[in-house]
Amino acid sequence: MTIPNSYRALPDERGHFGEFGGRYVAETLMPLILSLEQAYRSAKADPAFQAQFDDLLEHYVGRPSPLYYAERLTEELRKDAGLGKGAQIWFKRDELNHTGAHKINNCIGQILLAIRMGKTRIIAETGAGQHGVATATVCARFGLPCVIYMGAKDVERQQPNVFRMKLLGAEVRAVESGARTLKDAMNEALRDWVANVGDTFYIIGTAAGPHPYPELVRDFQSVIGREAREQMQARTGRLPDLLVAAIGGGSNAIGLFHPFLDDKDVAMLGVEAAGEGLDARHAASLAGGVPGVLHGNKTYLLQDEDGQIAEAHSISAGLDYPGIGPEHSWLKDIGRVDYTAVTDRQALDAFQLLCRTEGIIPALEPSHAIAAVAEKARDMDENAIILANLCGRGDKDIFTVAEALGVKI
Amino acid sequence: MNSPVPMTPVEGAAAQLDRLAAAFANARAEGRAALVTFVTAGDGDTAANLDALVAGGADIVELGMPFTDPMADGPAIQAANLRSLARGTTTADILAIATGFRQRHPNVPLILMGYANPMLRRGAEWFAGAARDAGADGVICVDIPPEEDGALGPALRETGLHLVRLATPTTDTARLPRVVDGASGFLYYVSVAGITGLQQAAQDSIEAAVARLKSATDLPIAVGFGVRTPDQAAAIGRVADGVVVGSAIVEIIAKHSVDAPAAVTEYVAGLARALRAEEG
Repeated sequence: MTIPNSYRALPDERGHFGEFGGRYVAETLMPLILSLEQAYRSAKADPAFQAQFDDLLEHYVGRPSPLYYAERLTEELRKDAGLGKGAQIWFKRDELNHTGAHKINNCIGQILLAIRMGKTRIIAETGAGQHGVATATVCARFGLPCVIYMGAKDVERQQPNVFRMKLLGAEVRAVESGARTLKDAMNEALRDWVANVGDTFYIIGTAAGPHPYPELVRDFQSVIGREAREQMQARTGRLPDLLVAAIGGGSNAIGLFHPFLDDKDVAMLGVEAAGEGLDARHAASLAGGVPGVLHGNKTYLLQDEDGQIAEAHSISAGLDYPGIGPEHSWLKDIGRVDYTAVTDRQALDAFQLLCRTEGIIPALEPSHAIAAVAEKARDMDENAIILANLCGRGDKDIFTVAEALGVKI
Repeated sequence: MNSPVPMTPVEGAAAQLDRLAAAFANARAEGRAALVTFVTAGDGDTAANLDALVAGGADIVELGMPFTDPMADGPAIQAANLRSLARGTTTADILAIATGFRQRHPNVPLILMGYANPMLRRGAEWFAGAARDAGADGVICVDIPPEEDGALGPALRETGLHLVRLATPTTDTARLPRVVDGASGFLYYVSVAGITGLQQAAQDSIEAAVARLKSATDLPIAVGFGVRTPDQAAAIGRVADGVVVGSAIVEIIAKHSVDAPAAVTEYVAGLARALRAEEG
């Protein structure tokens, strides 16, 4: 069943990545999950589906996204590196996608699947609003009605994205239950789905949730890694030494990592949000959590000793989630990918560093990755190549950053 | 292999089992459906409210285990979960509530109902043992379908507790045997595709569903989700072996706070009378 010596053969037919993943859903949803899996299997094997996906990615999303050598950032970081140290830093520019982040890749794939299944109504959850905007975008593009669930707290702090979603014709429902953030939005989307099983497709925004979501989101996002692998070989004649990506649920990271998993000389680093520090409020499920069951899958979760889910915290609303995609949990446990965590403060510093050295305003999510890159680059040989995923642009975050820096705008 | 009939008591647990089977048999002997009632542990004076359910005529009691993320529940039970957790309710508290209930009511079946994560946190074996020691008769776990039941179901069976499974309007005939396999105690029919406490299913759809389930299992069938009025309970009781009422009771507890037990007894008594009026 599994291909020996491959890290790319999972999940198994029951949706498991080792002990992680699975389909922990209410019985009402189970038949839907099974039919979604069937539909996805058939779509995956259908060249016409793939052709339509590729066509939309090229002409609507703007792929392939560039692979960019960040020369000034590389030089800047070499200033305090030792002799012969300071790796080359390259970025996969997924922030240049239509809607400004990697989220759209997955939304294109899922809406094509929804249409293929004959569904006529779309729902989604969103934290920062990036996935909500991407979902609203594809719904406008295909003329399907769309309801976006968003925690009431996130609605307050992400007003520009709320307005964007409304402009795109989506109905945004503020979720008042629980902690009023992303996990509660996901609960509410699941409640909607369970009550509208006949006509509704749930576009999950990250590589988590019940099987087959972690697999299909990964597959749709793997365009990032496939392109990057080809581009890097074409530009440098080799593969990168280290891949770095930020992780909330982990969809941009798994999208970058997955096509490289069997390249044994390519190291990988996933960067979680350490918030105010791992001993304070944070969102680093792998660093500070233990395995448990939430939102349809078994994975590392921030939780207390009774299994109650903790509230995550990160300056980046997109990383503010107490769980993580199950494939990352598995990759951590088997040791194929390293994971680290970066604080709000470190991410803010990296955000400003990239603005000044490269003329790129990154989102706060990849700012976490950039902070980890800066740390790593100094200790690596100057011929080494680090490839980081610049998974979103920072326009949405300028108010948050201004506030954190004490600037009134 | 798993048998679709009520399980026989295991040695050692024989003294207490099988309260569930007895409760259904007793109701059947009276020519009526069993009344199954639900409260959330730690929401209000749970001991007093549990006593109030029994005083009102409940045959079987479900004790909800609060969870931070009750995604299958509607607003009433969500709010009860959060009220309970805000008061600091722990798993130990829930088990203590169950233990107290068992001491006061040696013969009333008690089912723990909740979500996977709190049940699996210390391991399925630990939970099954703790539930048995607290005097529970069975467990309903909302988000462990048969496909993922590699740990909890076996642990409960090993311990001699019932695993009560849920069937829903979306559980088709092809899938039903899978749901029934490994289920025991009773089969809980979730009569609407949705969350707790909101919509009500049409009576004819319930009748058709119960008939379908009966053809797949000998387990008693209890019907719940959206059941509020004595008339509804009576109508469902004509075709099902049990009627489950949850959100309506939880709302009464929220509304009456310290005076809840009297109101709960009065409400449950109304349901019990309606089921008994259908006798014969």
